Amino acid sequence: MTLDIVQMVLVTVLAAATPLILAGLGELVAERSGVLNLGVEGMMIFGAAVSFALAMQTGSTLLGALGGAGAGLGLAALFGLLTVGLAANQVASGLSLTILGLGLSGLVGANYVGIKRDPAPHLAIPGLTDLPGIGRLLFGQDAFVYTAVALVAAVSWFLWRTRAGLTLRAIGDDPVATHALGLKVRRVRFLSVLFGGACAGLGGAYLALAYTPFWSPGMTAGRGWIALALVVFASWRPLRVAAGALLFGGATVLQLHAQAAGLGLPGQLLSALPYLATILALVLLSLGRRQGGSLAPAALGRVFTPSR
Amino acid sequence: MEAARSASASPRPQAGPTPLFGAYGIVKRFGGFTANDGVDLEIRAGEIHALLGENGAGKSTLMKILYGLLEPTEGVVTHQGDIVQLPNPDAARRLGIGMVFQHFSLCENLTVAENIALVMPRDFSGRALADRIAKLGIDYGLHLEPDRPVWSLSAGERQRIEIVRCLLQDPKLVILDEPTSVLTPGEAEVLFSVLERLRAEGRALLYISHRLDEVRRLCVRATILRAGKVVSACNPREETARSLAAMMVGSAVREVTVRGGGAVGRERLALDRLALPAPGLHATALRDVSLSVAGGEILGIAGIAGNGQAELFAALSGEVRAADPASVRLDGAPVGDLGITARRRLGAAFVPEERNGHAAAPAMSLSENALLSRHSTAPLTRFGLLRPGAARALAQRVITAFDVRKAGPDPAAGTLSGGNLQKFVVGREILAEPGTLVINQPTWGVDAAAAAHIRQAVIDLAARGTAILVISQDLDELFELAGSIAVLHDGTLSAAVPAAETTREAIGLLMGGSSDAAPAPAH
Amino acid sequence: MRLDLVPRTRRSAVLDILAPALAFVAAVLIGGLVVAALGVSPSAAFVTYFVAPLSEVWSLQEIALKAAPLALIATGLAFCYRADLWNIGAEGQFVVGGLAGGWVGVATHGSGDAPWILPAMLAAGALAGAAYALIPAVLKVRLGVSEILTSLMLVYVAQLLLDYMVRGPLRDPAGYNFPQSVGFDPAARLPYLMEGETLHAGVLVALAAVGLATFVLARTLFGFAVRVVGASPRAARFAGFSDARLTLSVFAISGGAAGLAGIVEVAGKIGQLQPEISPGYGFTAIIVAFLGRLSPPGILVAALVIALTTIGGEGAQIDLKLPLDLTRAFQGLLLGLVLGADVFARYHVRIVPGGPSGRTAS
Repeated sequence: MTLDIVQMVLVTVLAAATPLILAGLGELVAERSGVLNLGVEGMMIFGAAVSFALAMQTGSTLLGALGGAGAGLGLAALFGLLTVGLAANQVASGLSLTILGLGLSGLVGANYVGIKRDPAPHLAIPGLTDLPGIGRLLFGQDAFVYTAVALVAAVSWFLWRTRAGLTLRAIGDDPVATHALGLKVRRVRFLSVLFGGACAGLGGAYLALAYTPFWSPGMTAGRGWIALALVVFASWRPLRVAAGALLFGGATVLQLHAQAAGLGLPGQLLSALPYLATILALVLLSLGRRQGGSLAPAALGRVFTPSR
Repeated sequence: MEAARSASASPRPQAGPTPLFGAYGIVKRFGGFTANDGVDLEIRAGEIHALLGENGAGKSTLMKILYGLLEPTEGVVTHQGDIVQLPNPDAARRLGIGMVFQHFSLCENLTVAENIALVMPRDFSGRALADRIAKLGIDYGLHLEPDRPVWSLSAGERQRIEIVRCLLQDPKLVILDEPTSVLTPGEAEVLFSVLERLRAEGRALLYISHRLDEVRRLCVRATILRAGKVVSACNPREETARSLAAMMVGSAVREVTVRGGGAVGRERLALDRLALPAPGLHATALRDVSLSVAGGEILGIAGIAGNGQAELFAALSGEVRAADPASVRLDGAPVGDLGITARRRLGAAFVPEERNGHAAAPAMSLSENALLSRHSTAPLTRFGLLRPGAARALAQRVITAFDVRKAGPDPAAGTLSGGNLQKFVVGREILAEPGTLVINQPTWGVDAAAAAHIRQAVIDLAARGTAILVISQDLDELFELAGSIAVLHDGTLSAAVPAAETTREAIGLLMGGSSDAAPAPAH
Repeated sequence: MRLDLVPRTRRSAVLDILAPALAFVAAVLIGGLVVAALGVSPSAAFVTYFVAPLSEVWSLQEIALKAAPLALIATGLAFCYRADLWNIGAEGQFVVGGLAGGWVGVATHGSGDAPWILPAMLAAGALAGAAYALIPAVLKVRLGVSEILTSLMLVYVAQLLLDYMVRGPLRDPAGYNFPQSVGFDPAARLPYLMEGETLHAGVLVALAAVGLATFVLARTLFGFAVRVVGASPRAARFAGFSDARLTLSVFAISGGAAGLAGIVEVAGKIGQLQPEISPGYGFTAIIVAFLGRLSPPGILVAALVIALTTIGGEGAQIDLKLPLDLTRAFQGLLLGLVLGADVFARYHVRIVPGGPSGRTAS
């Protein structure tokens, strides 16, 4: 009995964490290549709207999810063109992307407000899924959750075990040096931005197709910004992004329970903790940097224009 | 050489074996500036070929072309007699060209092994690579710890990474750009033995340097560049350091203006055992630099770029402050801990080497650039408010007095030609009638007429009682301007000698650090 | 294929003005296509968006009331961005300013109509905003922490703080548990400029700020230092301007302006504290700052344009059934295009066809 309650809480936490993991991992890859894309919120919500519209039109959750990822990718391509291709300011371009995405999502989703759809199907393996305590947690999730978990492993593997991942990290550390070695700085950065967009779009699709599952304007509710903070909080490490997302999901659940239990702490303080923790983490990171090296990609946010 | 140039379309073999790599008729222009002007170079297997020249002579440009980093405007590169295309460094590496960068192309936050893996062909498995790094380390005496992050390593260790990275690709030609510029003498010895070993293995090495001792010790063939052109090809062992220096700096003998002794006044600028740590990896530490300049005197500081000139200028100007206030004195007052504005208020003025972005903000107008360095020494503000009219008037006075040619009434500084902008920034300081003027590379990249104008103005200013310190790499200029000359080498300043009692060659030797007059750092 | 960017040696004043103007035209054209795709006549939409709001007194006032906080915040941000510093937390500084000033309003509730109350509220708002902005500035100067993320994180903290205050200590005890404070006394409200209309004195505050900022940037040594440090940091050090002091100053200015905008909104339009006091002004102001090319007069124009499209968008929703989100998409698109167009003003852009064929034959 109590085991099942624990499982229920964990399932809730994992569900809340999934969109953050997806969007956070995408942003992590972009930032590892040295590009700071503040447009996560915009790409995420545009992905949510497009995925829901597409899923309603085609009746296919899979097509919806792919459409969501594609929508994020499309916006990211615009951002990449501006910042990587044309060396425009990354901060301002990212903000314009957020606003554009919020607006476009409203346009796309206008006809779907208030319509509910069956959530993405959950895995059901007779026997395994019914296992007490762990069955639903391990064997009863939807495809998004498994994708997110797989992506954590895949991104870790990619960044630290493949040549392409090494190149990407090197470019984020020093575009001038890597350019001098003949590595394709702008191409890698552009592709990283695209990956970030697709992940953010997929995160949005999860919200619209599985988490809620309906479309409502502004439904990402700042999750894109939280994903950005998570990347910093996680000091640009995929596993820590996942852990941070779970903590965040956990904090949300805990906050509900704490208020129910009348703990006396204001709920807003609990809600603010992740942001304050992120600032604290940034301070600690920079204190660490004073002994040399840095955890953040050293070239983060700097535009690069090669001369020939 | 002439033969090679005429054959540049289809290079024909020279006497002797076909060169491993050749570059013929290389021209590289950046906008209106010609960095390489018809350069020919042949490198043979099993030789260490020296590429000599002063800063700005075009050595780095040529080497970047050979490594596929720059496209030549004209000319061809050959490999064993065949014309090859080098669109990128990958292509160069595939041909067997490796490069050891002067300003290392290493990613600080990656490990040694990761930095090496970056340019290795195809897959790497961490373990196998680490083993190869270790093996090479034992073979050549280049020990590296593969898992250390680069930021934690010394300059010498970083260079080892560059060399190992290069060697793992089994290169036929290794290009080394000023490899000893960041090394201690001990580290340099290790490097030399590695280079000898590589030569003996039949590889070709292109050794870019301005250090004559090293070149004479390592190389039997040298190509000397000056102002983008090959001025000589010789065997450095058959030359003296003196004759090499003469070829590098140019032996065009100019009439040296011997000025009258002049009424030398009291000491106005003095450094007393100024010591500053190196502000960065590629910077030079200043070691116990002492000097004294009296009113009416011009002291010249000679030296090859990168020996502490920028650091000395920053310490004099107050852009970098010294720990000991008394180590810098203006008119007797200790100012080492004061900033640049306070030093200006005490009557000092400064002209940095770089015009665009340091002495002047290129996007801003000339009157705003007048304000830039004169806001505390001219009536250009009142209670923090600007007086644009006064700034325009000051700019106009500079423009008139120094014959600055410009388009429009108050154009952006960046639109002026190099010579005109230099006249403006020098004039801006001279019109302040400073008690002390520190000027770094007064006529660098400036046309002859503007250079003459600037030098005359500096001489006239000294005649009015100002103490002037000129830092320059142009020996002709120093002999024309300075009453006495000291040489900055590796952050150490030699004793000043009267210009009339020394020769260009003697100074050139000190600049190369190859005289006993320059204290060789013992190790 | 390769895109080569070669910096222009001289910036052309014509291009500087032409680039954003062309970007605006392009955005209008793309917007027209979208509108047509939604089945609405583009010309009718153009009239509704850009002409109709200018033809009625009430909508002109609404435009001014929306433009005022945007111009005020963006003017402050211009100091930061000019100096190449990235305060993107103006939304938080706005909220904190509104909260601090509103607190004064709540605390003086029922104490009569002392003339110092309103000035005290405005001062408290500006000071609180400045202090809040100094947190990321100090962290940057002392520890080298990226100001982008810290200033953004503090937005959420500020919003939660406001939420807590209006649900807790500052809640109106007689307000039936609604999350809002008491309504301010007349002495704690910004006066209306015209009898029976909505335009209040906050517009004058914004105009004054724009004028002051124009003067400071163009005619004071401090403004000169801000411009130099952004354009040529090394020349700024040569001029003797201190990096740290400038960083702290421009953050205090931008935070102060945002805080002032916050209390102006609270003491003007809203009249009490409530959980939401900003429809994203702090973020929209970033667009405004860039659209205005970081010059205060340009910002004033940009704020009016953005406010016009917002009010026009509301009209289009009612008259043409066009979604409000179209406006937001338009604003985002406009900023993106302006940023892209700016590249053409800064660089010669060349498209080089692929491969190593860029060589001249010898």
